[in-house]
Amino acid sequence: MTVTSPPQEPTAPRAVRRPGDRIFSGGAKGAGILILLILAGVTVFLLAESLPALTASAEELPGEGGLVSYVWPLIFGTLLSATIALLVATPLAVGIALFITHYAPRRLAQVLGYVVDLLAAIPSIVYGFWGIAWLAPRLVPFYRWLEENLGFIPLFAGPVSATGRTMLTIGLVLAVMILPIVSAISREVFTQVPTLHTEAALALGATRWEMIRMAVIPYGKSGVIGGAMLGLGRALGETMAVAIILSGSAAGITFALISSANPQTIAANIALQFPESTGLDVNTLIASGLVLFVITLLVNMLARWIVNRRADFSGAN
Amino acid sequence: MKLSTKTRATTLSVALASTLALAACGASNESETAGGGSDTGSGGGSELSGTLVGAGSSAQQAAMQGWAAGYNSVQPDVTVNYDPVGSGGGREQFLAGGTDFAGSDAALDEEELAQAEERCGPSGVFEMVNYIAPIAVVYNLEGVDELNLSPETVAGIFNQQITNWNDPAIAADNPDATLPDLPITPVNRADDSGTTDNFTEYLAAAAADAWPHEPDGVWPVPGGEAAQGTSGVVSAVGAGNGAIGYADLSQAGDLGVANIGVGEEFVAPSAEAAAAVVENSQTVEGRGEYDFAIELARDTTESGNYPIVLVSYHIGCIEYDEQETADLVKDFMGYVISEEGQQAAADAAGSAPISDGLREQNQSAIDAITAG
Repeated sequence: MTVTSPPQEPTAPRAVRRPGDRIFSGGAKGAGILILLILAGVTVFLLAESLPALTASAEELPGEGGLVSYVWPLIFGTLLSATIALLVATPLAVGIALFITHYAPRRLAQVLGYVVDLLAAIPSIVYGFWGIAWLAPRLVPFYRWLEENLGFIPLFAGPVSATGRTMLTIGLVLAVMILPIVSAISREVFTQVPTLHTEAALALGATRWEMIRMAVIPYGKSGVIGGAMLGLGRALGETMAVAIILSGSAAGITFALISSANPQTIAANIALQFPESTGLDVNTLIASGLVLFVITLLVNMLARWIVNRRADFSGAN
Repeated sequence: MKLSTKTRATTLSVALASTLALAACGASNESETAGGGSDTGSGGGSELSGTLVGAGSSAQQAAMQGWAAGYNSVQPDVTVNYDPVGSGGGREQFLAGGTDFAGSDAALDEEELAQAEERCGPSGVFEMVNYIAPIAVVYNLEGVDELNLSPETVAGIFNQQITNWNDPAIAADNPDATLPDLPITPVNRADDSGTTDNFTEYLAAAAADAWPHEPDGVWPVPGGEAAQGTSGVVSAVGAGNGAIGYADLSQAGDLGVANIGVGEEFVAPSAEAAAAVVENSQTVEGRGEYDFAIELARDTTESGNYPIVLVSYHIGCIEYDEQETADLVKDFMGYVISEEGQQAAADAAGSAPISDGLREQNQSAIDAITAG
């Protein structure tokens, strides 16, 4: 944690340090250190509070078979819902971003960009209500069709949920929720593609699609991945929408996306069980929170690593 | 001048004393405006003032709002603060001395009773059922307006052994109904809840053969449709044709409500039938004199009793350190069990008023509350 400052020779005349400079540099340094302290504080809290659950014997813990068998289906549910969301949202977001930056007329692009950003401002509880009251019942006939025609694929195995509150539904709702983040960042990097690159491609006789494929996408790839990872972070941690919509129970590991039996996600499980929990049950929930914390940390580190690795040959230089 | 100084000193010392007393009581998170106006020695009728702090069962929350509002018209200077942290949390806070009374869906267990002795002294605690709410088995089945279900059938449906509405077991209970060929979607609570705890307790007691699971606040059978909260269950049942779930009777709305088999007959849930089963239940032996923890007669066969009920206790000390607290608890509990108080809860939460027999029993505990 050293603050990089321009190299200074000890003999060079000292710059005049006014009180304002000192106060500001102290404040900035303090803010930086505070972030680390908060992160460390959260880590220490999670570790200390989950310790009783980590050391307790299997019989004392909720569920059967100990902590790992309790948390594992939750991890699976969390990753599954977030993966569906990412698979749906990323191509859509890239498409939106490309349309706004390269296809849409200027005025339409502005309006469209504004509307997509507005999606990010909708509170997740509202998405929850929308999902359960509007989207889920309308998906039921579609799910019936899926089971009848594609039921041989394990993903669409029956019996179909009568209410539509399934893993696929929550994946779609999460996709809508992360769409604005991914598309905003993609849009940002696509607009930064050097005009020279695009003009050169067009001058060589490329069509617009070829230009996008050869100049825009390679340049923006790292930004898109970074945006997708940020979206993934939100999808992993989403709580209220999942708690309301998903019909999650102790269903274990199942890839059936359209039935009533779904694994719950970590965040939603904590929100649902915490109010009536006491003693060791609380420690167990905090331990599952620790797992979520580690997962999101890993995702962020992965995103950073990918972005840094790509930065060297992105064409930006 | 001299006089005014003296007055101020007295006021200060009173304030200080009450602050200290409060600290001893442990009501730390409540800024209390103890006016010191509580008349010592008289339980009801007199003007009381102060703040009563309780915490616990979220099932009682709506009823408690009704009680707090109703009590406010009787004793306008008393504030009742109730934090619906959950039954376990409520018992914990009360035993730690953080609150004056607890609301809990379950009575204290052995370990907690020992702790209660530390909290309240040798005279122990009172535990009384002041809140009774019938739990209805609600269903959504087009063309079937009346549904009878024996305990074994209910257990079979919720254990996912009976999976279609035209199952012979359901037909046997309903000889006159035309049951469709439709898969059953059982809906359960996704969150840890007292409703689930009471419902599974009923199934385990009344249909042990068809229900192999332990009673628990977390729904034990995987694979059913899970929904958050009573409102979530009601809307999920409403949304899916062929769905069946369990919810507070007061929240059932337009959904069909099943009659439950008790002995030879089928009983519809109602306030009277729910109060009757509590009245007919045995008080657990070997606890304190005013500890009216009951063993609910879930497997009752008595006519007119509806056994799927959620009961919630009020738990407090027989002997409080502070006269003021004792007066407040005594007066408030007196209001809660009164006909007026029970009606307030029924209006606010749709609960079933307690019977006169229960009221008499609980009154004896309230009369015993003192300060020492």
